[in-house]
Amino acid sequence: MKDPEAREEPSSGAKIGLPGFKVRKIEEEVYEVFIGPQHPGSGHMRLITRIDGDVIVDIDPDIGYVHRTMEKLAEGREYIKNIPLFERMAIHDACNVTVPYVRAVEKLLGVDPPPRAKYLRSLLCEINRIAAHLYGFGIMGIFIGHSTMYMWSFGDREVFIDLAERLTGARQTHSYPVFGGVKRDMPQGFPEMARKAVRYMRKRLPEYEKIFFENPVVRDRLEGVGVIPRQVAAELGLVGPTARGSSIKYDARLAEGYDAYPELDFEIPVYTEGDSLARTYVKIEEIKQSLNIIEQCVSWLETREREAPMHPKFWEKSPPLWKKVYQETGRIKLLPIFASLKVPPGRAVARGETARGEIIYYVESDGSTKPYRVRIVSPSFRNLPVFKYIVPGHRVMDLPAIYGSIDYFPPEADR
Amino acid sequence: MSGEQETVDLEGLVSKALEGINYSISREKGYVEVSVPLESLREAALRLKNAGFDHVKSLTIVDYIKKGEFKAMYIVSSYLSEELSGGLIALSTTVKRDKAKLPSLSDVWISLLFQEREVYEMFGIEFEGHPDLRLLLLAPHIAELKPLRKEFIVKEEPIIRKPK
Repeated sequence: MKDPEAREEPSSGAKIGLPGFKVRKIEEEVYEVFIGPQHPGSGHMRLITRIDGDVIVDIDPDIGYVHRTMEKLAEGREYIKNIPLFERMAIHDACNVTVPYVRAVEKLLGVDPPPRAKYLRSLLCEINRIAAHLYGFGIMGIFIGHSTMYMWSFGDREVFIDLAERLTGARQTHSYPVFGGVKRDMPQGFPEMARKAVRYMRKRLPEYEKIFFENPVVRDRLEGVGVIPRQVAAELGLVGPTARGSSIKYDARLAEGYDAYPELDFEIPVYTEGDSLARTYVKIEEIKQSLNIIEQCVSWLETREREAPMHPKFWEKSPPLWKKVYQETGRIKLLPIFASLKVPPGRAVARGETARGEIIYYVESDGSTKPYRVRIVSPSFRNLPVFKYIVPGHRVMDLPAIYGSIDYFPPEADR
Repeated sequence: MSGEQETVDLEGLVSKALEGINYSISREKGYVEVSVPLESLREAALRLKNAGFDHVKSLTIVDYIKKGEFKAMYIVSSYLSEELSGGLIALSTTVKRDKAKLPSLSDVWISLLFQEREVYEMFGIEFEGHPDLRLLLLAPHIAELKPLRKEFIVKEEPIIRKPK
C-alpha cells in the first residue's frame, strides 16, 4: 500500500515469490520483507521489515486490515446498541472491553450500579482475563514452535469460556454489563462450578511452567529478548503486561478503582527485567491473582441475598412479573427503557484494565439517544510502538517471540 | 462515582506548571480539562511533560460542526510517578475547521506518533512537524472522505425491507 512498485513487481520462478512473503532487494545486503497480512500468526496486520542478513534494521507496522471505524458507527447507534459493537474488538475479552464504556455512560447518567452488580461484573471480567491470557499463551506457543502449549492453553481456556457461558448465556460476546447494572444474576450451582475451575487451573499452572516456561528451548527464545527499559516503556505509553514487565506499577483497576476492585484483595505483579520472559511471567501471575478474585467474588455473592441487578432508576420501571421471575431464576429480559434511553449532555472519560492493558473511552452526549462522540484507544494500539522501536536490532526469529509476548491483537488495535 | 482515587491536588499542580500561560480549568466527569489557546499548546505540553505527565493516553478530536471548530484533547497521565497516575488531565485546544492544522507534539510525547497519524486520516487535520505523517488504518480513497468528520454520514441499509 505504501510502495506501489513493490506490489506490482511480478514474482517469477527465478525469484523468491512465496504468497504473502515478497522479497525485494533494495540495496547491498538490505532486503525488504513483507510479513503478513496473511495471518502471520494471530491476525491481520503487515510488518514491512528491512533485514540486513538476519538482523532487522527497520520495521514499519502497517495496520488497519480489520478496521471498522467503530467510533463513527457508534455515533449512529443508540447507547445500548454500542455495547455489542464494542465487544467485537476482542470477543474473548468482551466484559473487560465494554465495562469502561458502560461506566462512562453511567457517569453521564449519574447512576451507580448496586454492589451485587459490581461484584458480578468483576467476576466476569476476571473470567475473561484468564481466558484471554490463555489465548495469548496459545498464540505465543504456536509462534515459537511449541504446539503443545497451543493445544493445552486452548483446551483449558474452554473451562473459563464454559464458566462465562453459565453466567451470561454466551460463550463470548456476552453483552453482560448494561447501564446501571448487569443483565442477569449468577445461576444456581455456579459457585461450585467456579471453585472447581479455579482448583483445576491452580493444578494446571505448574504443569504449564514445567513444559513451557521452564523449557530450555522456550527460555532461550524469550529470555533477554525484546528488552524494554522502564523509562522507554513510560515514554512509549505502553500498557498492560508489557508495561508491568518493565517495572511500571500501573493497573487501571487500581488507578481508577472501579466496580468491586476497591473491596477485593489482589496484587499487581510487576517484573523488572523488561524482556519477553518477564512479560509472560506477568501474565501467569495475573492468572493466579484472577483465580483469587474469582473465589472472593463467588463467596461474596453466595452469602448475600439476591437483590436487584440494576440501579433503582431502571429497575423500578420493570413490570412486576419480571421482578418475580428474576427473584426465582435470576434471569430478566433487557429492560425496554434502554432502547430509547436519553443521556444528559456532558462529557465523561473512563478507563479499564483489559487482559492486554488499559482501554480508555471518551463519551460525549448532546442529550439525544445517540452519542455525539465516542473515542476509544485500545491497548494493542498503544503497544504498537514496540514494533517500531524495540524490534529493530533483533534477529528475525526474535520477532515472533516479541509479538507473542506483547500479545498484540489486530482486531482490537484497529477498532 | 465508584471510588475515583486522586491522591494529589491536580488543580494546584497544573496552576504551578502552567504559570504565565493563559488557561482555563474545569473538572469534568473522570478527568480535569485544561484549555489553552492554540499558540501556547506546545509550551503547555512541554511544561506538563516536565511536571511528570509522561505519556498520552488518548488524542481525542471532537468535531463541533455548528461552531465550525475542532476541539483537540490530549488526555495525559503518568507512569513513572504513582501519585499522579490516578488522575487524568485533558490538555485541550480549539482549531478552526477550515484551517485544520495543529503543531505535532510527537517530539514532546513520543506516544502520540501513531495517534496523530490516525487523526490525520480520520479528520484530515495536518500535524506540522510530524516526522512521518502517512495514512495508518485507512485506504487512500476512504481517507479522502475524512470519515470521522460530522458531515460524513454513514448510510446503513435497513434490516426490514419496505413492502413494494
